Amino acid sequence: MVNTAGLIEIRWHGRGGQGAVTSAELVAQAAINEGRYAQAFPAFGAERRGAPVVAFVRIRTDEPIRVRAEVAEPDVVVVLDPGLLRIVDVTSGLKANGMVVINTKKQPEQIRQEFSLNWSLATVDATKIARELLGVPIVNTSMIGALLRATGVVKLESLFQPLKQRFGRLAERNISAMKRAHEETLIRSKGN
Amino acid sequence: MTEQRIGIEVSRAIAIATKLANVDVVSAYPITPQTHIVEDIAELVANGELDAAYIPVESEHSAMSACLGAAAVGARTFTATAGQGLELMHEVLYIASSMRLPVVMAVANRALSAPLSIWGDHSDVMATRDTGWIQIFAANGQETFDNVLCAFRIAEDQRVLLPVMVHLDGFHLTHMIEPIYIPEPSQVDKFLPQNQYPLPLDPNKPITMGAFAPPDIYTEVKKAQQVNLTAAKEAILQCWKEFGDCFGRYYSPVESYRGEKAKVLLLVMGSFSETAMSAIDILRGEGKEVGLIKLRLWRPFPFDEIRRAVRGAEVLIILDRALSFGGPGGPVCSEIRSALYNEDKRPKVIGFVGGLGGRDISPGGFKEIINRGIEISQTGSEREFEMFGVRE
Repeated sequence: MVNTAGLIEIRWHGRGGQGAVTSAELVAQAAINEGRYAQAFPAFGAERRGAPVVAFVRIRTDEPIRVRAEVAEPDVVVVLDPGLLRIVDVTSGLKANGMVVINTKKQPEQIRQEFSLNWSLATVDATKIARELLGVPIVNTSMIGALLRATGVVKLESLFQPLKQRFGRLAERNISAMKRAHEETLIRSKGN
Repeated sequence: MTEQRIGIEVSRAIAIATKLANVDVVSAYPITPQTHIVEDIAELVANGELDAAYIPVESEHSAMSACLGAAAVGARTFTATAGQGLELMHEVLYIASSMRLPVVMAVANRALSAPLSIWGDHSDVMATRDTGWIQIFAANGQETFDNVLCAFRIAEDQRVLLPVMVHLDGFHLTHMIEPIYIPEPSQVDKFLPQNQYPLPLDPNKPITMGAFAPPDIYTEVKKAQQVNLTAAKEAILQCWKEFGDCFGRYYSPVESYRGEKAKVLLLVMGSFSETAMSAIDILRGEGKEVGLIKLRLWRPFPFDEIRRAVRGAEVLIILDRALSFGGPGGPVCSEIRSALYNEDKRPKVIGFVGGLGGRDISPGGFKEIINRGIEISQTGSEREFEMFGVRE
């Protein structure tokens, strides 16, 4: 679990259309609804469907967040597309005690070995969950479930209102996907 | 009756502010580099949540022209633009201020082409410096939201009747989700009176606006405009005071952060000033007597407040996010240097230009700027300014 007292910085890696930016926004809104301070923003650029995208979240409980620069040394990295592990340095700047949350059907041990990831790991087959519950491979809400299971940065219930507001009649299915990913996420601490 | 605290993108919050202000006319050209501001307003109007005329036009030049007409009949008028769009409006901006038309515009501050850039800096704003608009720089989402509400009141104040730009940094503010307090409509109604434009265009009472001015009157008109814009500061200060009394958030033309007894001051405008606060904290922790000045009111320029804020400092370091090519550095730095020139005792003024075209400056970067500024001040280097963070 990440220490939730001070500043927590999360970096999301996805592809345009997978909802990385939306994930970041929803988590920040959940934290704000908990009465905390949070910000979310995309890596600024001209977005294109399928291209690698990055989004950021900062959450802090004790005081407002002033820094607006991109997150260079995250506490947590969330990877929406396992293919990105081969083309993007997703762990760039990740703190030594940080956590990587990955959408993959592989076991954490396998991913750790394959990509030499020397951080705590959390994995979930979010693509399968999204296909089954939403009918499309849009994994953002499932990966929020995995992030919350792995880190506890916000409460699962705090996401309900932001998801309802964002997805309307599709909210219930997204909430189900988030909950199921939350249950199915496998966690291995660093060194295991 | 309390405000609601929500997590919202700053651009979308501005759309809510215009709804709470009950704008009558919005004219905009919705294409890159636009933001969610006018997209959301279009939706509010289409959904019947905002009873306003939304006029989509064929260019930014036309957007501002439509705003002139709307403001001239006494409508509460709003538009938003950014970067190249602001440049395309350029000649019409002068007409809004010279004809005393209280248009309010949110400007997402962006770099200018070429090379093509949609990212943030203050190049677009600085090109509009002399257009006669009141110009306010916001440092965070709440300030942006609050100052859009204030902008209507300032612009429409009978003593002012001038257009107002509220500047928010492209991306670093426009695309940021953050907590913002949104007041109740009744609270805003209490703060923001109806627009009572004194001489509206009316077919039953014909008047002439923007008439021809031969040499025997043009100078007098410009003098009047100068007096009017300078005097607008009183109305701005009063508006900010009353806004604070209503909502508990007080604003001032110049704000100091840990600036008391600081030997070295850093001055920054816009959202980067919040990042700079962290650098000040780090350096204060190292025992350095440094402080920060945020310049919020750019026009009318707050001469007295600036002079007061830097009194006692030995070094004043100024960051500009725009470059005056072949000139004395950034526009903010050269204006402040000039404002201090006739003071008996003044700090050494060291200028930096950085954060261009969306280049981030981290707290560590601001620390470097401050340390380099101190170094330059000690060596007595004659450079006009330095560009920060350039790969050479």
